[in-house]
Amino acid sequence: MSEHEQRTPVAISGLSVDDPHLQPAARRPELVERVITILFVVGIILCVGFGVAYVQNWAPWTLGATMGGGLSFLGIGLIAWGKYLMPRGPFVEERHSLASSEEERTAFAAAVVERGGAVVKRRKVLGGLLGTGLGVFGVVAAFPLVRSLGPMPKGTLFHTDWAKGTYLVDITGRRVNVSDLAIGSIVTVFPEGMQDTDNGQAVDQTVLIRLSNSDFTTMKGRETWGPQGYVAYSKLCTHLGCPVGLYEQELELLVCPCHQSMFNVLNGAMPTFGPAPRPLPQLPLMVDAMGYLQSQSDFKEPVGPGFWERRS
Amino acid sequence: MSKTKATKSTNPYGKVGDILNELDDRLGVAKGRSLLDKVFPDHWSFMLGEIALYSFIVLLLTGIFLTLYYIPSSSLVTYHGSYLPLVGQKISEAYASSVNLSFAVRGGLLMRQMHHWACDIFVGAIIVHMARVFFTGAFRKPRELNWTIGTTLLVLAIAEGFLGYSLPDDLVSGTGIRIAYSIILSIPVVGTYVAFFLFGGNFPGTTIIPRFFIIHVLIIPLILLGLVGAHLYLLVRQKHTQFPGKGRTENNVVGTPMYPVFMAKTTGFLLVVGGAIALLGAFAQINPIWQFGFYDAARISYAVQPDFYMGFLDGALRIMPAWEFSGFGHTIPLEVTLPSVVFPGIVFTLVYMWPGIERKYTKDNELHNLLDRPSLRPKRTAAGASVFALMAILFIGSSTDVIANFFHMSLNTVLWLMRILTIVVPLITYPVTYRICKEMQGFAGAGKRKTTNVVVRTADGEYVATPAPVYVDDAHHELDALPVPTFVVESDEVAPSVAEGAPTGVRRAER
Repeated sequence: MSEHEQRTPVAISGLSVDDPHLQPAARRPELVERVITILFVVGIILCVGFGVAYVQNWAPWTLGATMGGGLSFLGIGLIAWGKYLMPRGPFVEERHSLASSEEERTAFAAAVVERGGAVVKRRKVLGGLLGTGLGVFGVVAAFPLVRSLGPMPKGTLFHTDWAKGTYLVDITGRRVNVSDLAIGSIVTVFPEGMQDTDNGQAVDQTVLIRLSNSDFTTMKGRETWGPQGYVAYSKLCTHLGCPVGLYEQELELLVCPCHQSMFNVLNGAMPTFGPAPRPLPQLPLMVDAMGYLQSQSDFKEPVGPGFWERRS
Repeated sequence: MSKTKATKSTNPYGKVGDILNELDDRLGVAKGRSLLDKVFPDHWSFMLGEIALYSFIVLLLTGIFLTLYYIPSSSLVTYHGSYLPLVGQKISEAYASSVNLSFAVRGGLLMRQMHHWACDIFVGAIIVHMARVFFTGAFRKPRELNWTIGTTLLVLAIAEGFLGYSLPDDLVSGTGIRIAYSIILSIPVVGTYVAFFLFGGNFPGTTIIPRFFIIHVLIIPLILLGLVGAHLYLLVRQKHTQFPGKGRTENNVVGTPMYPVFMAKTTGFLLVVGGAIALLGAFAQINPIWQFGFYDAARISYAVQPDFYMGFLDGALRIMPAWEFSGFGHTIPLEVTLPSVVFPGIVFTLVYMWPGIERKYTKDNELHNLLDRPSLRPKRTAAGASVFALMAILFIGSSTDVIANFFHMSLNTVLWLMRILTIVVPLITYPVTYRICKEMQGFAGAGKRKTTNVVVRTADGEYVATPAPVYVDDAHHELDALPVPTFVVESDEVAPSVAEGAPTGVRRAER
C-alpha cells in the first residue's frame, strides 16, 4: 500500500509544492487542511442537528437552518478542497473536430440516398400508401385524444343562470330585500340555488349596489332596470374575468384589483380607466310583492372577457 | 479485450482496480477515462448553468416529497387541521392537503418553501445563464441546437412554475388560473376550444387540479429531464466554450480536469446551492397559502403579484390600452391577445431564431469555440440589453398599483409613466449600450482587475510610480497550460511492483 501513498502527492507528475500551477494556499497545506477540517466538522454537527431537530420536532426554521447550514459547510469545504489542495492547472485538452472526413460523409449520404431512398423510389405506390395510412391514423387518433378533453363551448359562454324571476341571494343563500341595503352599500349576489356551485360563483356572480332611494336609470333604455336605486352588474371583469371586488364609494367606481380597470356604476359601468374594453353587463332587476329583488332576465350580452365567437 | 482474471495482489490498484477491471470486462468502462480527463474551462459565469441544474435537482427531490402528501382533488372537505382560522370551513382537498403538508407533516413547510424557492432560482438561473450565453456568443455554430434546447427549457420551466403555483388551490393561484383561462380564450378562432379542452369545460370546472397535477409532476418533468440530459450530452460532446486567453485557441480547451478537481468543486457547489435553498426555505417565507385562503371564484385579493417570471406578462396586460376589435360578427380582445399571446410569441420566436438571424446577418458560418467579449459585439450586446430593458420595465409595470400606493402617486400617472417608459427605455438602451461597448473597445484590459501603482518619493523628492504585481489569480491565468496527466505508464517506465509483461490493471500506451 505504501507505494500507492507515495504516488498521491505526485498526482500530477512534475508538480512540486512551489509550482505556480498550485494555488498559493497550497504551499501551506496544513493550514488549508485545518480550515477544511473545521468546515467539515461544523457541517457534520449541523447535519446531526438536522436529525435532532426532526426527532425533537422543533420549529420548522430549525430544520431548514441545520440542513441548509450543514449542506453549505460541507459544500464550501469540498469546494475549498478542490480549489486549494488539488492541482488547478490550467490544463489543456485538444479539441477535435466533430465533423467526419469527406469520404465518411460521402459514404453516409450514399447509404441514406441510395440504399434507403432507392428502395422507396422503386416502390412509389407502396410508399405513398404507407404515408397515407400513417397520416390517416394520425388525424383519426387526434380525435379521441383531443376531442375527449372537454365539451364543445357551444353557447356556454353566452348564458348565465340568471333568468326571468330568479331571486337574488347572497353567499349564504338568503334572498335580498329592498330594505336590506343602505345607500352606497354593495353585496355580491347569485341566482338562488347557485350560490354554492362552481358555475354560480365563477359565472353568475353579480354585484348589487344601492345608489339611491328612487328608481335609477344607468343608461337610455334601462329605465326599469334599477328599481328603488338598486343596480346590478356582472362581477366578472370584461378584461380577464377577475371578480371586480373593490367598490370606491365616493367616486362610484367598481375597481378590478387584478389590472386596475375601473367602471362607473352611475352610467352603466362604462370603463373609465385601465385595460377593460367594455362596460360590465347590467342585470335588469325587479321587485316582487314582498319586496324581494329578482332578475327580469339573463344578462343581455355575454359576461366576462372577450372571445372570438362574441358578437358586437 | 483482455481476459484478465481478477486474482488477489496482481493488481497494483488493489480492490478498486479489481472492481474496475471486472466492470471493464463487461462494459468497457476504461474507455470512459477520457471523461475523467475532460477539461472544463474556468470562469465564474460558467457556474450559472450549474445553479440551474442543481436547483432542478432540489426541485425533483422536494417535489417527490410533496407528491406524497398533496391530494390533487377539488372535491370539498371540511377542514379539521391544526390551522385554527380554517377549522370547520369547507375547502377543496387540494387546498386542505397543501395546508396540512405545511403544518401537520414534519418538515413539510420547509420542503414546500424550498420547492418554491428552488423554482424561482431555477427559472432565474436559466435566464441569467441564457444571458451569459447570448452576450458572449456561445450560441453560435456549432451550438445552435443547444441554444434551442435551452430556450425550450426556459419555456417549460415557466409553464411548470405556473402549474405548480396553481396546485395549492389558494385564492391567489386561483385568480392566476382565471387570468390564464381568459388569455387562452382571447386567442382568435380557436381560443374557446383550446380553453374548453384544456380545462375540461368552462372555468373553473373540477378537472383543472388533477389535470394540472399530472402535467406538473409527470409530463413536463419528463420532458425537462430528457432535455436537460440532451443539453448536457451536447455540452460534453461539443466541449465547453472558453474565453480567449493565453494558450487558448479554437482547437483546445484550457481549464481544470473533470476528475477530481472539477468534480470536487461542482459537487461542493451542488451542496451549497442545496444549502442556500434550504436556508431560504427556513428563513424567507414564500407563498403563505394559509393567509390567502382557499379559492372562491367570487372573491379576490388586492396587491398580489405572480412569481417574478410571470411579471412581464402581467405588466404588459396592465399597460396595454383597451383596444378590443369587434366586427364581422366576431371579437378579438386585442387588449389581451397582443400583450399576453402575440408579444411573448414574438419574443420567444426571436430568441429561438437569434442564432439563425445573426448568422444570416453576419454571413459568419465558421465554428466558434472562443467566446466574444460583449463589448466586441456592440450590436448584439445592445440588442440583448434592449430586450432585457423592455422585460425589466414590463416587470416593474406588474406592480403599478403598489407603486402608486407607495409613492402616493395617482394610478393614472403611474400607468402613463410605465407606458412611456416601455417605449422609451428600450429605444434609449440600444444606443447607450452600443456607445458603452464602443468606448470599452478602446481600453486595453477592460474587464480585468486593475493593479495599483505604488508611488514612492525618493530622498531627492522625486516621485516614482511602479505598478504592483498582478493579482495572483490573474497571473495564474497567464501560466502555460499543462496537458492533462494521463496516468498511462510511458513505455520506458515500469509500474510499481509489477514486472514487465505481467498481466496488470495498468494499460500501456505509446504516446
